[in-house]
Amino acid sequence: MRLWRRKAHHQTSEVAISQSRLIWREFCRHPLGKLGLAVVGVMVLSAAFADFIAPYPYDQQHRGHVFAPPTRIRIFHEGKLMRPFVYATKRVIDPQTFRVRYVEDTSTPYPIRFFVRGPETYRLLGIFPTNLRLFGVGELGHDPRSRIQIFPFGTDSLGRCLFSRIMYGGRVSLAVGVVVVLIATPIALLIGGISGYYGGGIDTFIQRAIEVVLSFPRLPLMLAMASVMRAFELDPATQFLGIIAILSLLGWAGLARVVRGMFLSLREREFVQAARAVGASTLRIIVKHITPNIMTYLLVSATLTIPGAILAESSLSFLGLGIQEPAASWGMLIRDATSLANIEMHSWILIPGAFIFVTVLAFNFVGDALRDAFDPYRVV
Amino acid sequence: MIEFIIRRLLYMVPLLLVISMVCFVLLDLMPGTFLDQYYFDPQIDREQLEREAQRLGLDRPLIVRYFRWISGVIRGDFGYSFATRRPVWQFLFGPNLERLAWTVRVAALTILFTWLLSIPIGVYSATHQYKLSDHVFTFLAFVGMSIPNFFFGLVLLWLLVVPLNVGAHGLGVTGVVAAEYIGEPWSWGKFVSFLWHVWPAVLVIGTAGMAGLVRFMRGQLLDTLGEQYVLTARAKGLPERRVIWRHAVRNAINPLITSAGMGLLQTLFSGALISAIIFNLPTVSRAYWSALQAQDIPSVMAGLMFFTVLLLVGNLIADLVLAWVDPRIRYY
Repeated sequence: MRLWRRKAHHQTSEVAISQSRLIWREFCRHPLGKLGLAVVGVMVLSAAFADFIAPYPYDQQHRGHVFAPPTRIRIFHEGKLMRPFVYATKRVIDPQTFRVRYVEDTSTPYPIRFFVRGPETYRLLGIFPTNLRLFGVGELGHDPRSRIQIFPFGTDSLGRCLFSRIMYGGRVSLAVGVVVVLIATPIALLIGGISGYYGGGIDTFIQRAIEVVLSFPRLPLMLAMASVMRAFELDPATQFLGIIAILSLLGWAGLARVVRGMFLSLREREFVQAARAVGASTLRIIVKHITPNIMTYLLVSATLTIPGAILAESSLSFLGLGIQEPAASWGMLIRDATSLANIEMHSWILIPGAFIFVTVLAFNFVGDALRDAFDPYRVV
Repeated sequence: MIEFIIRRLLYMVPLLLVISMVCFVLLDLMPGTFLDQYYFDPQIDREQLEREAQRLGLDRPLIVRYFRWISGVIRGDFGYSFATRRPVWQFLFGPNLERLAWTVRVAALTILFTWLLSIPIGVYSATHQYKLSDHVFTFLAFVGMSIPNFFFGLVLLWLLVVPLNVGAHGLGVTGVVAAEYIGEPWSWGKFVSFLWHVWPAVLVIGTAGMAGLVRFMRGQLLDTLGEQYVLTARAKGLPERRVIWRHAVRNAINPLITSAGMGLLQTLFSGALISAIIFNLPTVSRAYWSALQAQDIPSVMAGLMFFTVLLLVGNLIADLVLAWVDPRIRYY
């Protein structure tokens, strides 16, 4: 697709530019591709700096703020313009309906401060120990029971800050997508490459195997595998690896089939024959001569596989078969929303779903723009 | 043609055998057995449990159990559901095949909705290439492809319940029919009630498939419109509508049948699972999901086999339909 593409710039000056520059220039012609790239970048950064951006640790429970709505950030206090601040909230129980409500105590404004020191020390990017956090209010985090808190997206059923959990959950969701692709693509390249390059008996055998893998009903099988794994009650880290293993196991076959087709046609081409004639080894031909020719396809397919893996992981986690408490992933966070009553009364718990949606959309845009940028046959 | 169908059906046998073995071994990895839940039940003593384990064959090695299972399957006996103690099909398809019927109804509605909308939109997008409307539809297609099923379903539910408050107007949002129609024979009122209840689920299930179809249709038609026979048709002075629908679309639609037919049956039966959970629909995949949660191995096994057969038959049907619409294709 060429979405919102501006008219082609005709190059008048005869300046030699490299292949990658050309591709970048083509890519930049897609406003949505650029936007997608920016969104992906923001998501990756926010996941990497999750503990800096999040005002609270992902598992900190605020008992007095169960299902608290998003804290309102205000700038007017008693009619006077101020720097952004929040009010303390108090939990009251409606005497008639027995429903919990949170009312603001508008007597004192508590300004939002930036670069505050929190009580917990963490390792920024896993290296630098620090307790600096991007923003906070009052005696932030010193006391989970304090009435002065800031929850940009509200809290969940245990009073945990949803915004913080989304930031941390992004790590899991994004990592699953990327790692699955990093595992499934080389496997597909290897198996498809062998199948296509050698042909004959090996090819037939591998093709039958791929057919079997593709004949499995994907979602039911994925659920069955995840259920079996869930029954072992693994710790979160192993569970995370297990999810990646399941998704990779189900993901390579389709790509392997395409790779095989490409190898099949490329191995007869002159440059491969030439390489063979000068005595290049089979491995060298596959790695140095054929693979670079399908690299662009692999890159596009990888970019378009990431969102699929993110969606698959979030579906699994949503069904309770993926990442387990207290760890978070975007799909798991929306689990609270399965009951109609929860959606009705605490609709902010749907927010994590929007993160999945936006990220997947961004990856799809990037992949699509890449596909156009790489296509050498496209009429400019 | 007959020979081709028979060959394809015969080819499914070894495929199903391999798949059943893999699934059997996989489910065997599940720690514990169905009987573990009765282990601390004071009303059931150990001996009874052992006898029951023997009766179910749980004490035999894996390979013996597999052969027992597969020999039953050949005779058409998929065993009894551990959880309900009824034949698995009664559990999966419901008594009187009720679940199966609901599944087929929802699936039929979804297919209708998807194809009736996506083909015209795809054609419109292609004939208005790079116009604003094309961009809007393309953007919407991307949105449809990217939105997770469960998120879309929940947001829809929220919209219906909170801002629109349809409950106040006597409209239901989950289940398949209003309570007064349960068990009643089909009537116009029941049908309307059915539509009112399932349209959110149909919308959610259909959107993902529709987005893909629209994009595919658009691309295919754009390729076809560049062909010389389209130019010829225009040169003959045929009205544009006829050129598009009779000449271009007729040829552009063929690849859609293969790719859509491939996953169609399986997405409708298994992909609808998440929507079935959110909207509380009594479908086969929903029963499969409860079987999984109860570790009801015979039912899970039967469900996996059912979905596999659906997928394979779906592919076969897609090939046959393709041969029917495209006379150039011959199967021998």
